[in-house]
Amino acid sequence: MTVRSTNHAASPARRGFPARQILTALGVGALILVPLLAPHLQLLMNLALAKGLAVLGVTVVLRAGQVSFGHALFFGISAYAGAFLISAWPGADLLVVLIAGVLGAAISGLLVGLFVARYRGIFFGMLNLAFSMIFWSILEKFYHYTGGADGIRLTRPTVLGMELGRVNYELVLFYLAIALMVGLGWFTLRWLASPSGQLFQTLKTNETRLEYLGLSPRRVLLSGYVLSAVLCGVGGSMMGMTQGVVTPEYVWWVRSAEMVFIAVLGGAGSVRGAFVGALVYEIVRIYASAFAADIWQLLLGVFLLVIILFAPGGIMGIVDSLIGHARSARKILK
Amino acid sequence: MTFTLFLLALFDGISYAALVFIVALGLTLIFGVMRILNVAHGSLYAIGAYATASLTGYALALGFAPIFAFPLMLISAVLVGVLLGGPIEWLLLRRIYHKPEVLQLLVTFAVFMILEDVQRLVWGTQPYFQASALQALGNVTVFGVTYTVYQLILLPVLALVLLLGLRAFLRHTIIGKLILATTEDREAAQAIGIDADKVFLFTFIVGAVLAGLGGALDSPTTSILPGMGADMIVLSFAVIATAGLGQIEGAAVAALMIGLGRSFAVYLWPETAVLVPYLIMVLVLLVRPEGLFGSPVARKI
Amino acid sequence: MNASRTASVPLLETRNLTIKFGGITAADDVSMRIEAGRNLAIIGPNGAGKTTFLNICTGWIKPRAGQVLFEGEDITPLPPRKIVARGVARAFQIPQLFTEHTALENLLISVSAREGLRNPLRDMHRIRQRDEMMTLLEMVNCADVADRLVVELSEGQRKLIDIAVALALKPRLLLMDEPTSGVASSEKHKVMEILIAALAKANVTSVFVEHDMGIVSRHADEVAVWNTGKVQLRGTPAEILAHPDVIRDVIGEELA
Repeated sequence: MTVRSTNHAASPARRGFPARQILTALGVGALILVPLLAPHLQLLMNLALAKGLAVLGVTVVLRAGQVSFGHALFFGISAYAGAFLISAWPGADLLVVLIAGVLGAAISGLLVGLFVARYRGIFFGMLNLAFSMIFWSILEKFYHYTGGADGIRLTRPTVLGMELGRVNYELVLFYLAIALMVGLGWFTLRWLASPSGQLFQTLKTNETRLEYLGLSPRRVLLSGYVLSAVLCGVGGSMMGMTQGVVTPEYVWWVRSAEMVFIAVLGGAGSVRGAFVGALVYEIVRIYASAFAADIWQLLLGVFLLVIILFAPGGIMGIVDSLIGHARSARKILK
Repeated sequence: MTFTLFLLALFDGISYAALVFIVALGLTLIFGVMRILNVAHGSLYAIGAYATASLTGYALALGFAPIFAFPLMLISAVLVGVLLGGPIEWLLLRRIYHKPEVLQLLVTFAVFMILEDVQRLVWGTQPYFQASALQALGNVTVFGVTYTVYQLILLPVLALVLLLGLRAFLRHTIIGKLILATTEDREAAQAIGIDADKVFLFTFIVGAVLAGLGGALDSPTTSILPGMGADMIVLSFAVIATAGLGQIEGAAVAALMIGLGRSFAVYLWPETAVLVPYLIMVLVLLVRPEGLFGSPVARKI
Repeated sequence: MNASRTASVPLLETRNLTIKFGGITAADDVSMRIEAGRNLAIIGPNGAGKTTFLNICTGWIKPRAGQVLFEGEDITPLPPRKIVARGVARAFQIPQLFTEHTALENLLISVSAREGLRNPLRDMHRIRQRDEMMTLLEMVNCADVADRLVVELSEGQRKLIDIAVALALKPRLLLMDEPTSGVASSEKHKVMEILIAALAKANVTSVFVEHDMGIVSRHADEVAVWNTGKVQLRGTPAEILAHPDVIRDVIGEELA
């Protein structure tokens, strides 16, 4: 039986020992110290954080009970928007590149969302995939405009008017990634707890009643979808700026699959899980690539099955049960 | 576009459509009966192609005539269906029928990922090419255009035979009627004593055999590469989504539309050829969200 | 009992409403007017089309012919959400609730929809309508389960919360489908009494399908008998429940 005290203020976590908050603070603190204590992990963590932001987008959609197999579309559109901008305007500011990406993701999220928000379940998942593959084809084939399979370089933007050397630039990117994680993660948690976010989540349980509250399920899904596209896009822009080049691989279906996997690994529907999952995933991937590069997808597939069948709450589910946190009744995979 | 090119595009389209239809048929059958989208369908197709190429290679090395490729295709398909399809349904899918759709999708997706690597482990990454069967039946010339009998006649005829055969099977045989009854209302069927578990297993195996058969038939016409499974699942989904999930006859129409669309694009504007199937799907769904022949699902309150 | 609206426009009106599907005629050229302020019970044999009538009035299905008007406006072509936005709310035979939310949250979500709350940073548990929703929960005797997930509640409690969710929208017309089915018989009348009083106070007219004649006789202002797609009789509970046809076709069926 899941009972929550009538006096709870905000989220159910806020009663007694704030274990989750402490763990989160420890985690963020550890990340902040990485450039000092473990600088060889900095790049890895940076990429993981970028992926985590993208996974956050998938997570938002999961909260409505849907899974998108094509969210890499927004990851890539955002990255390419930034790359086009800086090709046309070398030395533009980092924030401008980021904003260009966000705008690209938001607009494309709206356009694609207008179409896919009519669908649920299998159709929703696969149509998203189809759109991402359409875009991939365009990126690959229209070589003259898009650089084809080689992609486009994303040269280093300026930061607050200054041109930075590589080391400083990477530091800026790293701390920006942490800031984005904390900021966007917090915002997403707040949004999910807000009336709009709660209405969004009713899509999972009773669309009929949602309609009978006078709302359009399609419009409600669309609003969350655009948010998810923007979150994914921010991840893509960060990835592009970190790697210095954006390629069609950014929208390849394997990317989308990876995002879904990480979401499930971290704990389907969990905001913290998106980042925890991404960090764990990247660490494992780097170390496993030494001996298991050939069977990486196989391992992912097996792992996905194991999680789904035996630990549907993912990593955060396990953590939550260890710290005694009575999870709110989020049953994405149950 | 000259008449010759037109005919070439037309023949390309028809043979391509026939192949895609055979795979899509299995996918839509599984969905229609079990309401599960088997994402691993693409892998089953690819493994069917690889297996056929390997078996044919061995047979030829042993001195058999190329014509033996055909029974080997059937054998590959059945092996894929039974040895892979069976365990997938029995060990995995059976556990998740009552679970949320998201979860079912993820499970078949996980199987797909596993099988993609299995392919690479068994057959490697270099392309396989085994075209003996293609040439074994010779050529035919129509209005001055020469085309292989295999592609122009055998594939479409086979597709048609499978379509009509499946229809007849579902409507006129006992097993077929059991399948239809279980599709209509699973609980009611179980209540009158139908073993729904066996029906689902059988259906899935048949669907998997069709996937493998599609791959087997495709193998002589193309070089077999990693990733063809991924392409095929998205393509066959586009076909069945355009037709309406579960629509068997509709899938034939959609396969033709998409096959012809793609092949004409290859001749007219090659960069868009890969896009065409998805554009067709998106356009159709814009106008009819449930597919050309699908029926909108009415909710009950 | 409230004074009816000043204009001659009825709250709900159907004109030549015809609903047929699958060989069944759920409504056969039905023209009726429902005035504001008089709670109407719809009774009739099972399968006669009563629930279908409620579905038509809220746009869930479209009639073969005829019109439905709400406060004089033709709402026949509108989808449910637009009809709800105009002041009609619905409670269902099988309660339509958000199963992964608590009872209170279901109401908070409902009032959030009503108020169009958009602030992405405001916690839903802190909106100022919270007290109003708790009062609503108390009214349907479910305040003690406010923080329990609705899937864990009894059928009766879920029905009542379903009604509360509809009421939270402050509609002018509330359509209910067997409001007290599933509620413990000891509670039925008490709840219905409170409900009707609250409706009167909030100026909400209700139309409800009901099989319990005790409820009908005590709490309805008017009764309409729906049989074979037609409103065969209409009048006060006393008149209708004493009518021989009703006793034969409807009450007899209840007792069988």
